[in-house]
Amino acid sequence: MSENKADKYRRVAYYPGCTLDGSGHPYNRSTKQVGKALGLDLVEISDLNCCGAMEVKNIDPKVQTYLSSRVMSIAANQMGMDVVMAPCNGCYHNLKKAEHDLAHDPKSGEAVARLSAKAGHEAYRAGQVETIHALDWIKASIGEEGLRERVKNGLKGLRVANYYGCMYTRPRNIFPEKDAGPGSESTSKPHFMDDLLAAAGAVNVEFPLKTACCGGAHTLSDSDMSTKLVLNILNAAQAAGAEVIATECPTCHSGLEMHQIRAEKRFARKTQVKIIYFTQLLGIALGLSARQVGLHENVSDSIGMLKAKGLA
Amino acid sequence: MPIHEKALIRPENLRQHEHLVVDGIDVSGHWSTFIQSRVVTDYNEAMEEEIAALPGGELIHRCWQCGSCTNACTVNAINPDFNPRFWIYLVRLGMEAELLRDKDIIWQCVSCNKCTTICPRDVNPEGVMKALSHWLELKGHTPKSPSMIFDEVFADQVIKTGKIEEGRTIQRFFKRTGQALKQDWLIEMVRGMLRHLPIGLLMRMGLGTLRAPRTRRWARARAAIEEYVDEQRAEQHRALGLDDIIEAARRDAAGTPHA
Repeated sequence: MSENKADKYRRVAYYPGCTLDGSGHPYNRSTKQVGKALGLDLVEISDLNCCGAMEVKNIDPKVQTYLSSRVMSIAANQMGMDVVMAPCNGCYHNLKKAEHDLAHDPKSGEAVARLSAKAGHEAYRAGQVETIHALDWIKASIGEEGLRERVKNGLKGLRVANYYGCMYTRPRNIFPEKDAGPGSESTSKPHFMDDLLAAAGAVNVEFPLKTACCGGAHTLSDSDMSTKLVLNILNAAQAAGAEVIATECPTCHSGLEMHQIRAEKRFARKTQVKIIYFTQLLGIALGLSARQVGLHENVSDSIGMLKAKGLA
Repeated sequence: MPIHEKALIRPENLRQHEHLVVDGIDVSGHWSTFIQSRVVTDYNEAMEEEIAALPGGELIHRCWQCGSCTNACTVNAINPDFNPRFWIYLVRLGMEAELLRDKDIIWQCVSCNKCTTICPRDVNPEGVMKALSHWLELKGHTPKSPSMIFDEVFADQVIKTGKIEEGRTIQRFFKRTGQALKQDWLIEMVRGMLRHLPIGLLMRMGLGTLRAPRTRRWARARAAIEEYVDEQRAEQHRALGLDDIIEAARRDAAGTPHA
């Protein structure tokens, strides 16, 4: 990774979105703690709004584009930042999508210009900021080497299945920096989380469902479908020998937790695999306590398992 | 007319003779299978244009019927009747009656974007699925799907306050779909959370429900978005010819003769 990016990502605008204030709080907490432990600077976006998640686009896609553009406009025009880091796949995806649409679709630009003018703020222009995921952030600024040097409490060969979900890689055209040769992220076989956790001492199992869908969009409106999709993911991880599924999205994470319980209640299908945010695992490896990374805030109770391994 | 679409062959149109001998050759059972011919005359020629007028459906005309979307589809792997390639085919031909046979499952697309990523023609099948379910509801073929109700509850909160609070969204969705909040798995989940969640977080989640989080200085953005959404909706209604239907219904109700 270039020096340029490593320096650029040391201080970024932080867009936690709505979920990280609620059910995704442990992700918020562990992201901030890991940033602190690594000496990275997060500047939270003031007065943020929801990105529209997977819902507003079904009411009107251009309103969804506007919602993301407002966030990027605040970062660029009010805070003077040039990088926005979003740990939630939904937020990350929507900011990327808005960036792509504003650069390629004049009608999206017109809608955003009009809505921004009426809302009373400067319209975002494509290219003003670079949107990155928490994975890009740590991978580029610290990297595997840097992480290995800082690990105090290595993960002792904890067997991990890395689950990236849909919105981190699809559709491919909104992520021009991916699939761009050596060092870049792959959309068919993503590996940034694998790389970081391996550097932290985990063993990544061969997991075929890295980018399978958890049915997050219909987690409440079509719960049986979501439970079946999640059960596939849980079973595949267990069959691959994983003790933990590492996640990098609050919707995927709570989907896996919720439907793990639902699968047991409704379909009598019990699975043991634990669900932990990758930032929580990195935090543990960096010597933070279970409480500091918010393991007690997860629904999936992994503290006992990690204690037994001498990790918590 | 050649058979151009295997999926159009319905079991009820297959004919077999249990006992049939032709010129001394026994062709009983599946040896005598034939497909009963039928004539389709009720093409809806406006259908493709109507779908293209809804958000997500704009590029449906580009489809080459390669089937990559269905092959990649998450929902198709669970339910083989969920077939985006077939539905795009029906829309482009205007075979509305055929499409309506699947009307109750089209909304189940989970927006995983596997189809949109794989599509070699940039059709955006995910968007087409959303346009299709929207069209079905606007035309009155289906009631609002649970997914659309969730989208509305969610979007309503975002547009009004700028933010989302999960507890409130879940409650409103369950209320609008007439489901009890006391789902066995939800109770089990909350019970699990109570065991080890810090009181501070529980308080915050509880307070969030009582006092919705809001984006400051949001009022003007809200007004702008509401105006925009109304305009878009009116445009879509025009494109689908719904205004004429609504107007006719209004006249019927008022007892005035049609123009």
